[in-house]
Amino acid sequence: MDKVISRTCAVIDYGMGNLHSAHGALQKVAPDSNILVTSDPAQILAADHVVLPGVGAIRDCMGEIQRQEIDQVVAEVAKSKPLLGICVGLQAMMTRSEENAGIDCMNLFSGQVRYFGDNLLGDELKDGTCGRLKVPHMGWNQVEQVAHPLWHDIKDQSRFYFVHSYFVSADDQSQVKGRGHYGKPFAAAMGQDNVFAVQFHPEKSHKNGLQLLQNFLSWDGQA
Amino acid sequence: MALAKRIIPCLDVDQGRVVKGVNFVGIRDAGDPVEVAKRYDEQGADEITFLDITATHEARGTTVKMVEAIAEHVFIPLTVGGGIREVEDIRRMLNAGADKVSINSAAVTNPEFVREASQKFGAQCIVVAIDAKRVAGSGELGDADNKWEIFTHGGRKPTGIDAVEWAIKMADYGAGEILLTSMDRDGVKTGFDLGVTRAVSDAVNIPVIASGGVGNLEHLAEGVTLGHADAVLAASIFHFGEYTVQQAKQHMSAAGIEMRLD
Repeated sequence: MDKVISRTCAVIDYGMGNLHSAHGALQKVAPDSNILVTSDPAQILAADHVVLPGVGAIRDCMGEIQRQEIDQVVAEVAKSKPLLGICVGLQAMMTRSEENAGIDCMNLFSGQVRYFGDNLLGDELKDGTCGRLKVPHMGWNQVEQVAHPLWHDIKDQSRFYFVHSYFVSADDQSQVKGRGHYGKPFAAAMGQDNVFAVQFHPEKSHKNGLQLLQNFLSWDGQA
Repeated sequence: MALAKRIIPCLDVDQGRVVKGVNFVGIRDAGDPVEVAKRYDEQGADEITFLDITATHEARGTTVKMVEAIAEHVFIPLTVGGGIREVEDIRRMLNAGADKVSINSAAVTNPEFVREASQKFGAQCIVVAIDAKRVAGSGELGDADNKWEIFTHGGRKPTGIDAVEWAIKMADYGAGEILLTSMDRDGVKTGFDLGVTRAVSDAVNIPVIASGGVGNLEHLAEGVTLGHADAVLAASIFHFGEYTVQQAKQHMSAAGIEMRLD
């Protein structure tokens, strides 16, 4: 893989939560790149790479995304530039989420965001403890990879840090680039052309997460 | 494919410095939280928790700077607890790079604070810390007479509130996780209070971190297998190089517990 690192990467700031970690992790893997945390459409559209993070409830996220017309900027970016969605950033890229009584999202990927459930049961647990699974799905879980440049130098079934109560159920299985399992199968990563999005937090996933971010910043957007 | 149980080393900090002694071989400055956090990160810690014991509100600016410095070097989740009383305290810590804050006394004084915080920042970053003391029963696992009450202000102030009921209420108010410390076991090194750990963990649908009493690696494993904890927190067994986090993970894995080992 070419190690052409992004000159400028814009982390989209639409007022939802802490972007310090995403910024810090990107800067760590690309010390010479200009990592911007910005809501300015001009800066976002001028960047080589764009990251759409997100935490909290989908209604608030989509509310801010629409109010600040970030959805239009993201749609423009998605036409050509490498774009990475993280956590609720991924969920916001789906068709619709059932959180907050149902919220329409940006529909970059066709599929639904669903609740894990209050009585989520695990499969046979290795540790022999109660089979009930807690929600949120919080902690380090494995991802079964589907070949993609963003998994470069990361072992299949590596663990990443997740924290979410809603999960992505994709309509088109060919867009699922990483499979997770927590009581039920879910999409841990989605990808199509120059867009890639993950449910876990690469910025909090130690070496594997940093590697994924580095892969993203050296990605030309060709799947 | 399963979610790993977590090991969380915990550090007490006062005005941005680690206190209560940390003594790693080869560490330059045992009081430097960045050094200590990096060491735990290298050892495979799944998260790190800082308990801020800074006495005055004004001096907490140093804690904010500390979190900023650590977040630049350590790319695993960071939790800060101690003195979180207002929405503004949470915002400062999250903006500095903390991923979660832990709310203790303020939740008891004003439970609505937990609801407000959860709605504002998301349940994923709101940990409610519960300090529990046994007030009835033998303490043996499975004794139906066991009862635990919550205490605030570092375990000095009784509240009359039942620990299990409180945990259920806090989950209902929007806590994303419970950090459960046994005041009976804290610092005693005889193992977690497995009774209260299991009672709380089985009663709520959010993850529970067991804390207080770890003296050896088997205690950590028991917290999960017998206490049904989703994560285990320990301080002193890691601080003095007695065990590394990696050794603890190996031990728990050998006991059949799903762990992150790579």
